[in-house]
Amino acid sequence: MITIDQVSRHFGGIRAVDDCSFNIQAGSITGLIGPNGAGKTTLFGMLAGFIKPTAGRILLDGRNVAGFAPHRLFHLGLVRTFQIPHEFAEMTTLENLMVVPPRQAGERVGQAWVRWGRVRDQERAVRARAEEVLAFLNLTAVRDERAGRLSGGQKKLLELGRTMMTDARVVLLDEPGAGVNRTLLAEITRAIQALNVKRGYTFCIIEHDMDMIAELCHPVVVMAQGRVLASGSMTEIRKDPRVVEAYLGGMIDPEPASGGAAS
Amino acid sequence: MDGGVGLLNYGIFLATLIGIYGIVTLGLNVQWGYTGMFNLGIGAFFAVGAYITAIATSDPSPSHLGGFGLPTVAGVILAMIGTGLLGLAICLVTITLRTDYLAIATIGIAEIVRLGLKNEGWLTAGVRGIAGIPRPVEGLVPGFDALTYLGVVLAALLLVYLAIERLYRAPWGRVLRAIRENELAAQAAGKNVVQFRIEAFVIGSMAMGLGGALYAHFVTFISPEAFRSEFATFLVWVMLIAGGSGNNRGAVVGAVLIWVIWSGTELITGRLPEDWVTRAGALRVLMIGVLLQVILLTRRQGVLPERPPRPIDE
Ligand SMILES: Nc1ncnc2c1ncn2[C@@H]1O[C@H](COP(=O)(O)OP(=O)(O)O)[C@@H](O)[C@H]1O
Ligand SMILES: [Mg+2]
Repeated sequence: MITIDQVSRHFGGIRAVDDCSFNIQAGSITGLIGPNGAGKTTLFGMLAGFIKPTAGRILLDGRNVAGFAPHRLFHLGLVRTFQIPHEFAEMTTLENLMVVPPRQAGERVGQAWVRWGRVRDQERAVRARAEEVLAFLNLTAVRDERAGRLSGGQKKLLELGRTMMTDARVVLLDEPGAGVNRTLLAEITRAIQALNVKRGYTFCIIEHDMDMIAELCHPVVVMAQGRVLASGSMTEIRKDPRVVEAYLGGMIDPEPASGGAAS
Repeated sequence: MDGGVGLLNYGIFLATLIGIYGIVTLGLNVQWGYTGMFNLGIGAFFAVGAYITAIATSDPSPSHLGGFGLPTVAGVILAMIGTGLLGLAICLVTITLRTDYLAIATIGIAEIVRLGLKNEGWLTAGVRGIAGIPRPVEGLVPGFDALTYLGVVLAALLLVYLAIERLYRAPWGRVLRAIRENELAAQAAGKNVVQFRIEAFVIGSMAMGLGGALYAHFVTFISPEAFRSEFATFLVWVMLIAGGSGNNRGAVVGAVLIWVIWSGTELITGRLPEDWVTRAGALRVLMIGVLLQVILLTRRQGVLPERPPRPIDE
């Protein structure tokens, strides 16, 4: 579904992403792991149109979409979340979700002025959908709370919720489990599985929690210093000496016990 | 000005200007209050609106372009289209730059407009100004021209208020609030941030142009001297911030409050000893500045702070 073909991004002298190539298969939950500074977030930024690649191609369904604006990619079904939650702090949790659905009639000035009935009907449908997502994520209790006041974990859920407010095809999750307690983590894992099976979302997930990666992801791609180091099943990855070395020499340990420590 | 014989006439005069400033302040609210777009060229949009309708509706004259003797309605519409296009042009020029640069660009436009009004005599009659701008409802109700025109201005204010308030409550306004709060997240939510910003800026500019056009038809004579542009810009900003940025009712309340007080300061400075008279203008601005400080100290978000809109589907 997505082909990352020799993609690079340099920041001055830093090669954040350096000649990176791999595929995200349709229907898969692909894991993306690697020590801090490996270039994972930068790669997501390029896939979602927030950062322009210095070189390389990004194919979505065979079409090169490198350098497309974020909203264009969104309309092609590609949605991302942020490592650090980006909520609309002064808007309610509900509004944070209601803003998302694309092509709302009431987003057009002319329609808002002359087709108010239609705008209102659509608003009802959007609200119903947002309420469903809130229920699914157990956020109904904070429905009318300002999003800026939610806990870190709830903001993570809200990030995920945003991807559920559109008919996404590919969802890029940047550390959905970071700073989230065990119960919430189990919930997020369940939500991702459900979306993958029921709605057919393709996922690519950056995560440091190896339990979560092992449970959800196949295949797993390992990045280090901007490059793809290895890929395969979690069992294969764990045995790969290069991976072990990258982690030992790097900041985190691929073993579950200390997996959540880094961010 | 048309005199001010009685208190009533003065009241009508005051109310008309308040209505006009209210429209302009509503325009700024769409730009700044909804969207966070800085405009330091408000006076220029106002002037351009006034001049467009003046040229379009006045009788032919050798001293400036036209006039074309068009109906007032046509002149006002042209004024709005013209200022809308001006707003669009500024957006397109600054589009790739950060929003702070927009502020600088609007200062540039204000300066260009100021010089243009003075120096492009073929177009604007230069410092002589344009006279004989028709008053649209003259003679409609004999003896009550000023009052009828006040009615026109207040009707326009109401229309602009309703149109803009509806946009605020619609998903359109929600997207703008989202952009203002977190641009990256708005992009991640698939919104074409640039397009929404342009729409907001153009709509705001059109309201300012409408205000300028209504002003031209009110005073019937305009000249560069009549537009102390920086000063109009300053007043409108104070109106919005004192009234409540992000709140349309606040914008109107701010216009009423500040204009009344502004007129009041004239009474005060009028009683100053003679050697102070030259400083009267600066003193008035100072007084308004102090007032703004007081309002912001007691009500940080203005008299009527922004509130989330009521749901539209309940
Ligand atoms: N905007 C930027 N400017 C300069 N350097 C950056 C920028 N974004 C990321 N980097 C650098 O690129 C490298 C990769 O960062 P990142 O993609 O965030 O890694 P990861 O998400 O794998 O931890 C890091 O060395 C980081 O400091
Ligand atoms: Mg990262």
